[in-house]
Amino acid sequence: MNKLLTMEDLRALRKDALGEMTARQTCDIQVIVGMGTCGIAAGAREVVTELLKELQRRNIKNVSVTKTGCIGMCEREVLLDVVRPNEDRVTYGRVVPRDVSRIVGEHIVNGRVVEGLVVGRITS
Amino acid sequence: MVFYRGHLLICGGTGCVSSGCKDVIIAFQEELRKKKLDEEIKIVETGCHGFCEKGPLVIVYPEGVMYCRVEVKDVQEIVGEHLMKGRPVSRLFFTEPLSLDKVPKYQEIDFYRKQQRIALRNCGYIDPENFNEYLARGGYAALEKMLSEMTPEEVTNAVKAAGLRGRGGGGFSTGTKWEFCAKAAGTKKYIICNADEGDPGAFMDRSLLEGDPHNILEGMMIAAYAIGANEGYLYIRAEYPLAIKRIQTAISQAEELGLLGKNILGSNFSLTLKIKEGAGAFVCGEETALIASIEGERGIPRSRPPFPAVKGLFGKPTVINNVETLANVPQIILYGADKFAAVGTERSKGTKVFALTGKLRNTGLVEVPMGITMREIIYEIGGGTFEGKKFKAVQIGGPSGGCLPENKLDLPIDYDSLIQAGAMMGSGGLVVMDDESCIVDVARYFLSFTRSESCGKCTPCREGTMRLLEILERICAGQGVPGDIAKMEKLAYSIKASALCGLGQTAPNPILSTLLHFRHEYEAHINDKKCPAGVCQALFYYRIDDHTCVGCTVCAKICPVGAISGERKQAHQLDMVKCIKCGVCVERCPFHAIVKE
Repeated sequence: MNKLLTMEDLRALRKDALGEMTARQTCDIQVIVGMGTCGIAAGAREVVTELLKELQRRNIKNVSVTKTGCIGMCEREVLLDVVRPNEDRVTYGRVVPRDVSRIVGEHIVNGRVVEGLVVGRITS
Repeated sequence: MVFYRGHLLICGGTGCVSSGCKDVIIAFQEELRKKKLDEEIKIVETGCHGFCEKGPLVIVYPEGVMYCRVEVKDVQEIVGEHLMKGRPVSRLFFTEPLSLDKVPKYQEIDFYRKQQRIALRNCGYIDPENFNEYLARGGYAALEKMLSEMTPEEVTNAVKAAGLRGRGGGGFSTGTKWEFCAKAAGTKKYIICNADEGDPGAFMDRSLLEGDPHNILEGMMIAAYAIGANEGYLYIRAEYPLAIKRIQTAISQAEELGLLGKNILGSNFSLTLKIKEGAGAFVCGEETALIASIEGERGIPRSRPPFPAVKGLFGKPTVINNVETLANVPQIILYGADKFAAVGTERSKGTKVFALTGKLRNTGLVEVPMGITMREIIYEIGGGTFEGKKFKAVQIGGPSGGCLPENKLDLPIDYDSLIQAGAMMGSGGLVVMDDESCIVDVARYFLSFTRSESCGKCTPCREGTMRLLEILERICAGQGVPGDIAKMEKLAYSIKASALCGLGQTAPNPILSTLLHFRHEYEAHINDKKCPAGVCQALFYYRIDDHTCVGCTVCAKICPVGAISGERKQAHQLDMVKCIKCGVCVERCPFHAIVKE
C-alpha cells in the first residue's frame, strides 16, 4: 500500500473502499433470478455469472443480485426480475446469457423495459 | 476487483472461535469452491456480534439473514439451498424465546432491534483485519476532520460538551481529564488505552478490540492530539491473544499507510503507539498500578494526588482512557457533540455496553442508551428469566458493584442513579439471578475475588477483605453468630473510607448493597441456619420420601459415595453422614422422591 500523505489520499482510498461494501446493503435496484431446480436446469447459473460480469464491466455498484426458488412458471425459466424504486416489478422469461447485457444496459441503467422478453409485471 | 454478489459474514470473535467457527469457515470455503460460487460470494471473518451464546453466527448479505449455531454439517445445506437456490434455511433461524417465532433477519431480532449501537457499530459488520472495510464505514473521517479544521482545545471542548464520561467504571468526565492533561506543564505527554478488562463476566473491551481495532486507534489519535501527546500505549491483558493480534495488525496497517508515525496526513501531528501486555492482575486496571506496570515496576497503586493527568507515566502528564470511552470519541468529533448528547440522560450521555449474563434466555453484549430501565434490558432484550423461575436480583458492576432487587428494575440506569441505589456502573457486567441463587453466596464469591486480587500494599484492603471473607464463609457454613452483620458493616465502611485505591474502596460494595436490599437472607442464614435458595451446602440436606420412593435403585447406583442403600422395590435410605450433597440423585430420580430441606 502507498503511504497516505495528504487528506486527499485518504479520501480517495475511502471512495475505492466503499465499492467493496455494497454487497452488505440492500440497494435501490434489485435483480432476482429464479434458481429452483427448473431454473438451474434451464441455465440460471450461466445467467447469474454473465450478470455479475456485466455489472463489473460497467462498474455498476448500486444493484443487489439475489436468488429465489421456483415460482411455478418453470416452462418460462430462466426467470429474471428487475425491481427499480417506485416502478413496476418486471419479470423477464427465457433469459439466456446473451440477453443480459441488453437488460442491464436498457432497463437497469436507463430504465427502459426490454419489452420483447417480458412475461409479467407487478404494479408497484 | 471482483464483483461479489453477496457477502457471507462469519463471526470470528473469541466466543465463536471456541464454539467452532474456524471449521465452519473452512467448510464454507470448500463448499463454495465445489459449487463454483467462490467468485460470486465472498467470505468475511468478522469480530464479535455480541450474541456469543448462539454462535457460531453466520450472516448472509445482501439479504441480512442470520443463522445461529451453525455447524460443519449445516454448511452444505446453506450453500446448496440458500446461496445456490435462494431458499433460506429456516431451521437455523433465531427463535424468539417468548413468541417462539422464527426470525430470519438480523435486524429484526428483539435482541438487536432494541439496541442502539454507537461504540459497537462496526463490530460484527466488518472484517477487523481489512483496513478498507473500516475506511468504507467512515473510518478515519474524524481524524481527517480534526486535522484539517480543529485545534486541540476545540477537540477537548467538543468531548466535554458531549458529556462523555469514562466507561471503565468511575464515570469521570473525559473532556475534563483531557483538559487537565493538556494544561499540565511539560512537552512530553502520554496517552494510554486501558484494556486491562478484568471484571468477571465483562467482555465489551475485548469485543471492541477484536471487532473494530482501528476505531480504538482513531480514538487514541484524537485523544493524543487533544492533550498534545506523541506517544501512546495500549495496555492489554495477555489473556486476550486475539485482541492483541488484531490491534497489532491494525497498528502495522496504520504505520504502513502513514496514519501513525511522523507528520500524519501532512500535518504537524505525530504519534507512535505500542502494545504493553498485562500479566493479568486485576489491580492493574487501576490507573496508577497500570502506569507502574508499564514502567516495569510491580503493579501496585500509589496514592493520588498527584493525578496521572499531572504526573503519570515516567513522571509525565498522562491520560488513561478505557477502550469503550475511546470507541465513542471518533463519533463525537465526526458528528458533533450535540448529536452524541442527544442520547442518554441529563448527566450521563450516550450509550453503554453491558455484558448480559446469568439466568436469562438471551445472553451477550448489548449497547443501550443511558436511562433505559433494567426491566427493558432484562425482559425485552434478554428475553426474561427461564420458564417457571422468578427473578430475584441483578448484579451490576462486577466486584465493585452491587445487587439490585426487583423493586429497582424500573430505575433508569445512569452513573448517578446506580450509585444512589447502592450499586455502580462499573465496567458494565450484568448478572441476572433467579430464586435459585443465594445472595450471601454471591457476595462471598465477589469477596473471594477481590481478596485474591488485592495487591497487599494497604492494610485496609489486604486485611479487611480477608476478614470480611472469613465472616461470609462462616455464615455460609452455618456458623454465623448474631452480631456478624453489624461487624461486617463496620468493617466495610472503614475499608471504604481508608483503602488506597478504587479496588479496595469498592471491594465491600457487594456486601453493603446486598445488606441494603437482602438483609433478610443474611438473617435467615445466621438465625435460622437456612439458605432460602438452597445453595449453601451446609444449610440443607436431602431426604428420600418413603411414600414416593418405589425402590427403582437408580439413585443407589448413581451415588458417587455410596450413601444410598435399600432393597429393590423398597423405599431407600440416605445416609447423611456419607452424603456429599452433590445433587446427582435428585436430578436422576424419575419419581422426584428425593427432597431438599
